[in-house]
Amino acid sequence: MLSYIARRITSGVLVLFIVSAVVFSIFYILPADPARLACGKSCTPELMERIRHAMEIDQPLATQYGRFVKGVFVGRTYNAGTEVQLDCAAPCLGYSYQTDLPVTSLIKDRLPATLSIAVGASLLWLLVGLSGGILSALKRGTLIDRGSQAFALAGASLQIYFVGLILQFIFVNKLEWLPMPGYVSPFEMPFEWAKEMVLPWVTLAFLLSAIYSRLTRSGMIEVMSEDYIRTARAKGLSARQINFKHVLRSAITPIVTVFGLDLGALLGGAVITEYVFNIPGLGKLATEAVANVDMPVITGTVLLAAIFIITANMIVDIIYSFLDPKVRLK
Amino acid sequence: MSTILKVSGLTKHFAGNKHGLFSKADVIQAVDGVSFELAQGEALGLVGESGCGKSTTGRLITRLLEPTSGKIEFEGQDITNLSNNDLRPIRTQLQMIFQDPYSSLNPRHTVGTIVGTPFEISKVTPEGGVKKRVQELLEIVGLNPEHYNRYPHEFSGGQRQRIGIARALALRPKVIVADEPVSALDVSIQAQIINLMKDLQKDFGLTFVFIAHDLAVVRHFAQRVAVMYLGNIVEIADRDSLYSNPKHPYTKALLSAVPEADPDAVGARERIRLTGDVPNPINPPSGCRFRTRCWKAQEICATTPPVLLQIGTSSVACHFPEK
Amino acid sequence: MRKFLDVKNLSVKFNTEDGVVHAVDNLSFSVERGKTLGIVGESGSGKSVTSLAIMGLHKGSRAEVTGEIWLDGQEINQLAEKDIRKLRGKKMAMIFQDALAALHPYYTVGNQIAEAYQVHNKASKAEAKKHAIEMLDRVGIPEPQKRADDYPHQFSGGMRQRAMIAMSLSCDPTLLIADEPTTALDVTVQAQILELLRDLQKEFGTAIILITHDLGVVAETADDVLLMYAGKAVEYGNVRDVLKNPQHPYAWGLLTSIPRLTGDPDKKLAAIPGTPPSLISVPSGCAFHPRCSYVSTVGAACSGTVPDLLPVGSAAHHLVRCHLDVKNREDIFKNQVVPKL
Repeated sequence: MLSYIARRITSGVLVLFIVSAVVFSIFYILPADPARLACGKSCTPELMERIRHAMEIDQPLATQYGRFVKGVFVGRTYNAGTEVQLDCAAPCLGYSYQTDLPVTSLIKDRLPATLSIAVGASLLWLLVGLSGGILSALKRGTLIDRGSQAFALAGASLQIYFVGLILQFIFVNKLEWLPMPGYVSPFEMPFEWAKEMVLPWVTLAFLLSAIYSRLTRSGMIEVMSEDYIRTARAKGLSARQINFKHVLRSAITPIVTVFGLDLGALLGGAVITEYVFNIPGLGKLATEAVANVDMPVITGTVLLAAIFIITANMIVDIIYSFLDPKVRLK
Repeated sequence: MSTILKVSGLTKHFAGNKHGLFSKADVIQAVDGVSFELAQGEALGLVGESGCGKSTTGRLITRLLEPTSGKIEFEGQDITNLSNNDLRPIRTQLQMIFQDPYSSLNPRHTVGTIVGTPFEISKVTPEGGVKKRVQELLEIVGLNPEHYNRYPHEFSGGQRQRIGIARALALRPKVIVADEPVSALDVSIQAQIINLMKDLQKDFGLTFVFIAHDLAVVRHFAQRVAVMYLGNIVEIADRDSLYSNPKHPYTKALLSAVPEADPDAVGARERIRLTGDVPNPINPPSGCRFRTRCWKAQEICATTPPVLLQIGTSSVACHFPEK
Repeated sequence: MRKFLDVKNLSVKFNTEDGVVHAVDNLSFSVERGKTLGIVGESGSGKSVTSLAIMGLHKGSRAEVTGEIWLDGQEINQLAEKDIRKLRGKKMAMIFQDALAALHPYYTVGNQIAEAYQVHNKASKAEAKKHAIEMLDRVGIPEPQKRADDYPHQFSGGMRQRAMIAMSLSCDPTLLIADEPTTALDVTVQAQILELLRDLQKEFGTAIILITHDLGVVAETADDVLLMYAGKAVEYGNVRDVLKNPQHPYAWGLLTSIPRLTGDPDKKLAAIPGTPPSLISVPSGCAFHPRCSYVSTVGAACSGTVPDLLPVGSAAHHLVRCHLDVKNREDIFKNQVVPKL
């Protein structure tokens, strides 16, 4: 068991290094002057000069990557010309010359909003998806089942920007039940935070609960026809005991996997949702960086997203081995 | 009778699970040093319980699995290490019938395609054309040749097994390895298929390796029987000697465990009850692999693996064979 | 005086898109405490459907189960699910063919046995686990405390089947239904399991219904035999009567066609022609008539009317469902069947 976990962590860290190297290199492999890329749309000659100095472009790629990795662990100081030192504390994911801020502080600034959206929405879609799926599976073929599946299908086929804008129009503009979506710190103003998050949560959850509802439903239906469920019935277990202790227990394993991956991806930035509701999260940070061609920020956010996904993958694998004893022996 | 197939020291080790990051994988000793000769026109039964290696042996002979070591000689030619290309003409002579008639036929191919595929692969066109030959084959195995265009799911288990046999016969092979050909069939159908195979053997002079766990079935088909346990052959004898006078303790126990459909016979036979399960092929017992369940085991059984020795017309691998 | 298990006119019908499937048709039989009934049949005979009907496991599905099932003086077929549930595992238990598929892969064996106990008994987790370990020991599993914490896939086939037997007996049921319990096992392991069942039966006086297609298993373990074909009982009686003095052509066919360890192995096996029928289109009259060699002796009745299950001569407990009259049957048996046995 422990060796399984150790192997998973080791391979996860290895992948992380490889991904970071690839992401870093892309910056330099692109057929454009890296300094020019870092300079961005609104570039001035002075900015270019500072960047050239700070980036130490003439150094070989491997050295630059080495400095980058070192910077992640211990911080880094960019030498942007005479008397201009740019401090980048650990973990240093690069420096945004355009905004004159280390990428890490930009991320720190935006992370809470994305976290709020991701965690809140994921719990909501998990709840709605699972219960919808369980209900459908238990009442297979009935109106409840068909209704639930239709609802799920609607969620899956509509686009976030459409649903989001419609909901915003109804609840914020017309009915004025909710304030404009945005981000305030939950530690300072918890109710306001929740009220501003409701629409992003519901929009995302509406879309994703569809998938979970279907997964749960089909998973449960498949498990219900297994021999060991017949054995459970033959033992005299009640329907509730069978459905939750036996059926759901088996059906949930693939759902845990998908959930981990979905959450991991969302943490990297719920791009469209943040854009639609104008919430200052990582997704918005990334899209703004792309619009302004701020390569260090792009690199930083891509790397962060990769970290989230790889970590989520690792955790999911480990959790899976707790859920499925057969996996542990491999 | 000439020897058509000779197997010497055939061994197959599988890699099992790894425990820990740096340790070596387990080695599953599925088949360990199996040797026997098959005479032209004979039917050799290969019996044993699960894990004994009989199915693996069958697949090694037909090169569906690569041996870890040992030699396979077909009609005097060493085919152990032949490349796929060189093996192709041999494969037309050495065919296999599988156990599960439900999964060994491609559900998306018509019966005609299934039985005709061997011709396509070996690029042989029978005289009169493929279709005519396929319909001939269907008739030989007792199926309606008009059903050429039907799919496997339209046939019963017994009929599907007949299709598998027709496919095996397509290229007029000399040797057929039948891996549990009747175990997945209903009792009333088993006799039909056994009879069919016996007729085919007579009509076409086929040589069979008949792999099964059911000793009664093998008795009605094979002339010689080899008993396997945990990867070794523990006894080879002609049919009558094996069934009436088994020399190896395992053979004896195996025969005594087969239930007879005669209520009067219950209690009349000597019952040998083996205790426990078959040991793990990853870590087989030292010396004689059967010693952990053998009532005759002595010290020598743990230190020295017995070899097949001739006793009368049988060959037995035991330090204390029955008289 | 009712027997412990008394099944009267049991019928199980499934309404499918292709038509009505008569999986079990008008079946009657009984089992006494401490005795074993062997139900023999091939695929499509209805033997498994019968056992599920006794356990009430068709409730809630598309099956229609009619008839009476009397268990220890109580009629259980008309019970609602919530009532029959209390009997399952407690009064009657069932074990299945594939123990690996029949046990939950994610819970330890000890946990599953303890659960079987806790469903019907107020016991703490520790008590239930202790009981589970005792059961594992009783069925002959070595190192039961250690093995109770193992998962089903960590057991060998024979040990797994023993674990399933332990689980089914954990509440001391008086009726045990074993559906092909040894079909998937090696013959030496099969012998161990059958012996275990015999010993447990002697110890607890359990009534056992053993479902199998293997006539050898039946000969060794059953007191009575019920031979089924296409959902109906075709022959029913004491094991000696049915196997040594069979009356139905299907029984003759089976007994002469199975390969044995005795007799002449070079003689061709007297195979039954044709295949078992599909239950959607059961042949008219006697379902066996398309495969029967003696239709000509009887005439049109075989395809016209379904024969009744009637006593053989004076033996009230040996019943057969066949149109052949006594004289013809005796002659055929003596002259054509016995030489082939």
